[in-house]
Amino acid sequence: MSVRSKFDEQLEMLNISLIEMGEIVEKAIKDATKALVDKNVELAKKTVEFDNEIDDKEKEIERLCLKIILQQQPVANDLRLVSSVLKIITDLERIGDHAADISEITLLLADCRYIKELTHIPMMAEETMKMVTKSIDAFVKKDLELAKEVIVYDDIVDNLFIVVKEELTELIKENAANTDQAMDLIMVAKYFERIGDHATNIAEWVVFSLTGLHKDSRIM
Amino acid sequence: MADKIVINDLNFYYNQKQAINNLNMSIPANEIFSVIGPANSGITTLLRTLNRLCDLTPGIRIEGEIQLDNQSIYAPEVSVTELRRRVGIVFDVPTPLPMSIFDNIAYGPRLARKKNKKALAETVELALRQAALWEEVKDRLKIQAMSLSGGQQQRLCLARVLALEPEVILLDRPCSGLDPISTAKIEESLTELKKQFTIIISPHNTQQAARISDRVAFMLMGNLIEEGANMEVFSSPKDRRTSDYITGRFG
Repeated sequence: MSVRSKFDEQLEMLNISLIEMGEIVEKAIKDATKALVDKNVELAKKTVEFDNEIDDKEKEIERLCLKIILQQQPVANDLRLVSSVLKIITDLERIGDHAADISEITLLLADCRYIKELTHIPMMAEETMKMVTKSIDAFVKKDLELAKEVIVYDDIVDNLFIVVKEELTELIKENAANTDQAMDLIMVAKYFERIGDHATNIAEWVVFSLTGLHKDSRIM
Repeated sequence: MADKIVINDLNFYYNQKQAINNLNMSIPANEIFSVIGPANSGITTLLRTLNRLCDLTPGIRIEGEIQLDNQSIYAPEVSVTELRRRVGIVFDVPTPLPMSIFDNIAYGPRLARKKNKKALAETVELALRQAALWEEVKDRLKIQAMSLSGGQQQRLCLARVLALEPEVILLDRPCSGLDPISTAKIEESLTELKKQFTIIISPHNTQQAARISDRVAFMLMGNLIEEGANMEVFSSPKDRRTSDYITGRFG
């Protein structure tokens, strides 16, 4: 096998591993949301534990990237691709952390009645999952337009966060006894909002990998 | 940075075969300018054209203009000897003369300016220091240059060019066949030397170009495909062919 085909094989392996990591991170968000809405303690516990799997996947991809840098000394689009993956997995790992954070709050709230029906938070979850899927899709398919779509999408999640915050503020004003749970739920909303930010970061690294521009500036 | 060398519409032919096609290029002073490309891209021909080493090759024809400090190097009044002093060249295979280390370096200055003994010794020491060889040979300047290692011989050849106090140094794959430590020593010297000289190098691989160059030009089959700042060319090359070459997809 020629050196270049071995390199191409390693890059393909990187793509596959990144898709896998994207899938398990999406599953983490999905499970964390389901556990929260259904007050499913078992699922929440599993989601917290599941974070280790995401961390392991991050390490595996990190090793592969470093191996490629060591063996192939990539340049041009190859260099942009490998360095983007190194940045993307950090964001994916953080998303996994936030899914676990959400489940920890689910465990705290498991015995209480929710002060309101959860409507906007699951919407945030839905939108952020779409963002993560699309950003990884954009990377794998080298789809610049899709990556840019994700970046714009972040506003939707940010607006939902504002709605949730206003609702919870009203509930606190109505009855001070709601404060504790409202604080927990605002944390949950904030975690989803952060997940949206991380997905945006991923999309920005996809743009860099394709164009050499990161947030419209040339960083190398 | 002012341009040291300006090449306008250069065409180079070996009989019917064209080796360089309508090349336009500006090489700034005090920088390391790398020319990269696969075999038969016209790079060696280009380097040899810059100090007129091709002049006596049978069947060649040169069109266009090469300027050194705004003066055409092919103008009738130009002294080729003086041009080659100003524009020195180091080849891929070290070419020590069959004489002592000292005499190898002193050979050019003796021919050119007949310096006195003290001045000559100073010139030899300075040249060897600039080529990062002095510390290794200072106690054995009288031994045969041929007995040095390949890496040392190549630095000796660089010192021999430097002893003539040139303005431009051409290096045609100067590190091919050298071990990583010798390569690193030559690269370090070049990085230091660019403060005083203009360096044009055909690196032995793209990694070397990425490590040491300020600017990089990519040539393919006699055509200049792309030229730009090092980081630009190696991170986001504009032309697909440049990208394919530096990422190892061909060449």
